[in-house]
Amino acid sequence: MSARHRLATGACVGAIAWMAAAGPLRAQGMDPSMPMPMPSPSATPKPAAGSSPPAAPKPAATSVPSAAPRSASVSASRAPVPAVSDADRVAAFPDVVAHAMHDDDVHSLVLFDRFEAWNGGRGAMAWEGAGWIGTDLDRLWIRSEGTRSGGRVEDGDVEVLYGHSVVTWWDLVAGVRHDAGRGPPQDYAAFGVMGLAPGKFEVEATAYAGTSGQWSARLQARRDVLLTNRWVLQPLVEANAFGRGDARRGIGAGLATVEAGLRIRYEVTRRFAPYLGIVRERAFGATAGFRRAEGQDAVATRVVAGFRFWF
Amino acid sequence: MSPDPSSCPPGTHPGWTRRRFLQGLASGAALAGLGLWPRRAWALKAPDQPVVLPGRDFDLRIGETPVNFTGRTRPAITVNGELPAPTLRWRQGDTVRVRVANALPPHSIHGHEASLHWHGIVLPANMDGVPGLSFDGIHRGEAFEYRFEVRQAGTYWYHSHSGLQEQAGLYGALVIDPLEPEPFAYHRDYVVLLSDWTDLDPSALFARLKKMPGYDNLHRRTVGDFMRDARRDGLGGTLAERRAWNAMRMTPTDLSDVDGHTYTYLLNGTPPGGNWTGLFRTGEKVRLRFINGSAMTYFDVRIPGLKMTVVAADGQYVHPVSVDEFRIAAAETFDVIVEPSGQDAYTLFAQDMGRTGFACGTLAVREGLRAPVPAPDPRPMLSLSDVGMAMSNDAHDMASMPGMDLGGQGMSHAAEDGTGMRMGPPGGHPLVDMRAMDPRPRLDDPGIGLRDNGRVVLSYGALRSLFDDPDGREPGREVELHLTGHMEKFAWSFDGVKSSDAAPLRFNYGERLRIVLVNDSMMAHPIHLHGMWSDLEDEHGAFHVRKHTIDMPPGTRRSYRVRADALGRWAWHCHLLFHMEAGMMRTVEVRE
Repeated sequence: MSARHRLATGACVGAIAWMAAAGPLRAQGMDPSMPMPMPSPSATPKPAAGSSPPAAPKPAATSVPSAAPRSASVSASRAPVPAVSDADRVAAFPDVVAHAMHDDDVHSLVLFDRFEAWNGGRGAMAWEGAGWIGTDLDRLWIRSEGTRSGGRVEDGDVEVLYGHSVVTWWDLVAGVRHDAGRGPPQDYAAFGVMGLAPGKFEVEATAYAGTSGQWSARLQARRDVLLTNRWVLQPLVEANAFGRGDARRGIGAGLATVEAGLRIRYEVTRRFAPYLGIVRERAFGATAGFRRAEGQDAVATRVVAGFRFWF
Repeated sequence: MSPDPSSCPPGTHPGWTRRRFLQGLASGAALAGLGLWPRRAWALKAPDQPVVLPGRDFDLRIGETPVNFTGRTRPAITVNGELPAPTLRWRQGDTVRVRVANALPPHSIHGHEASLHWHGIVLPANMDGVPGLSFDGIHRGEAFEYRFEVRQAGTYWYHSHSGLQEQAGLYGALVIDPLEPEPFAYHRDYVVLLSDWTDLDPSALFARLKKMPGYDNLHRRTVGDFMRDARRDGLGGTLAERRAWNAMRMTPTDLSDVDGHTYTYLLNGTPPGGNWTGLFRTGEKVRLRFINGSAMTYFDVRIPGLKMTVVAADGQYVHPVSVDEFRIAAAETFDVIVEPSGQDAYTLFAQDMGRTGFACGTLAVREGLRAPVPAPDPRPMLSLSDVGMAMSNDAHDMASMPGMDLGGQGMSHAAEDGTGMRMGPPGGHPLVDMRAMDPRPRLDDPGIGLRDNGRVVLSYGALRSLFDDPDGREPGREVELHLTGHMEKFAWSFDGVKSSDAAPLRFNYGERLRIVLVNDSMMAHPIHLHGMWSDLEDEHGAFHVRKHTIDMPPGTRRSYRVRADALGRWAWHCHLLFHMEAGMMRTVEVRE
């Protein structure tokens, strides 16, 4: 192998010669001299290895019709399957330490969908966030929402839930909820579903049974509407209902509040989006009565501004 | 290596068949890898030519090397400091020895263990390089010696099978020279290895996919698109079509999980601005060995102004077929021959399937030339029939959605096959978000974004092996597997079972079996079986083309024959790296 040879080759010019049938092509990795160890279930004679020459070349770019009809079956391999030696057996099943797969690793997400202030809020802010840590099917969820003013929680809750995927788009969740803020702290057992409804509505429906005998329910649905791939409109509806009235918290029995919000965010990055929105909250029944007694309206409209972010 | 006139195909110059690759190397200025010519001889001309190591004995060293493709310096994982790894040039019939040392630094982001897998190479199971199946991997500071007989020829590649190292640069070309003359001739020979690079730590990218799988799906349809479609197709039809997608909770713009928003696409380790150049002289025939060594990318490749004659697929000869363009799935290889003449420069253009970026290079008569780089094609959008939903193009028909079986909504019998059994996972499986109701082989379909684009585009239907079915037996049994996923969770599986939960599939040594794959997901999956060939069948169940990686676009049902002639434990997986990592993998055990 000298450089001179290579240069000589460099001068070589040859026309393309599509080899027609320069002998049967060798089947990969097969040694025709090896005996055929497989039992032959029928008496069909075994064709000689590679006995059929390759078909004539076809230059066209179109699909090639199938060469062999399905009926032309043979029971013995054209190229015999090599016999297995002891060395092959050793090479085939080496002693190995089972390797950890990563398809069931623990991952996590924290998403603050709302982190906002509102007009007339006098420095108060509201939040709503959720986070999960776990695998595809089993996750520990933490959800929280509330308002904060003057350095203390005005009204808020935090839920710690175990979620398990039961069916394609839905997780069952069960756990505990702790309420803080107005009135004495209260704890609930929580049970619900969360998932993606047809139409890509993100839905959470949860029932709560309190240690005090109180029960309540919360339903929330939201959806992203793409004005562009960065300007996203998010309608959101949340309803809360209670089993018993609780004057200390300003809530009445039955449907207490329904909140409808419309927020428009600009995704500066996928992870961070400031938004502006308008929220209309309506109180019902005795809850509305409590609000009026405090000098508030049963229906309140707020303009909100905040950030949505996840990590 | 003396000239052997008797071995030449008719019409060629005596002796070139044996040495044509060297000629190509000489022209390609890659001789530095041989250590025969001074390195500067090519370094001055073409600094970005891959290093070529020919022979039987190799010493490879896996380590961490700083690279800068984007303006930021990041730690890549490399072989002998090279990205791509050196091209290994083997000869059919040789027994090769490859000593691979793991020189990763402590606390490397790429882990402490490494491996090399020889993709598409038929060899003993303990040489296959899959940690946990073939061996225990190569730990930091240790070395492993691969030694096996090379029984095949053609264009292949090698890559890490440890963690996510393949994303971070551990891939290189394998070129095996045949003993027999090749059925085509050429003067120059270039490897064109396409890949995708990210500055992100690959494990951070995986974590991001788990948090937000649609991160790179930045071209979703908007309210404005709805208004436009409603004006064009009518409100009712547009609403019905949107309802169908919304019922699936999917978006038709979701073509690839990671795309040009995250990736910089490389051609032979060179970003588009780097202008990798392969030289030719007018009138010469140039062999281009395209290899898709990317982690997550399908490329659509063309050379404006040149016809490409495809002569081999996955290293195996095919009937030559002349095309303008081909789609290459991750892990596939295509050998093409081009005859540039009339222009001084041609652009090798490889755009990603979603049209979010491209890799490119130049074929030119001298260094420093460039031809115009085409604009990426319009972004394609999946139709309901693309994902196997058997819709007509009339959007009104979609409202009723006959036969559509969305996850969690029970069984449909629309897709029952001849056996009367709908195989695959049951409806509502928590890791299966949809099932194709009308899957077909679609071998003649060039694929989404390539139909009716005015160019002749390769399809699997046009690829036919130059040889008959090497085994010839009818398959004795059939194994059907469904390719399944859950887009929101970024969970991928076969039959809804992720690899860590799945028992090995058992093949009996010597048997011939038929694998039937049904893609029940919205994404395309290149499926690779280690150790044995995948002999793709045509629509009639007859042998069509021999491959090592079978592309499965959404909504397809394709079958291939496997001859279980390789004893041992073998990996069988989707070659989109993060799909494999997320569970789309099985172990196959071939036992006596």
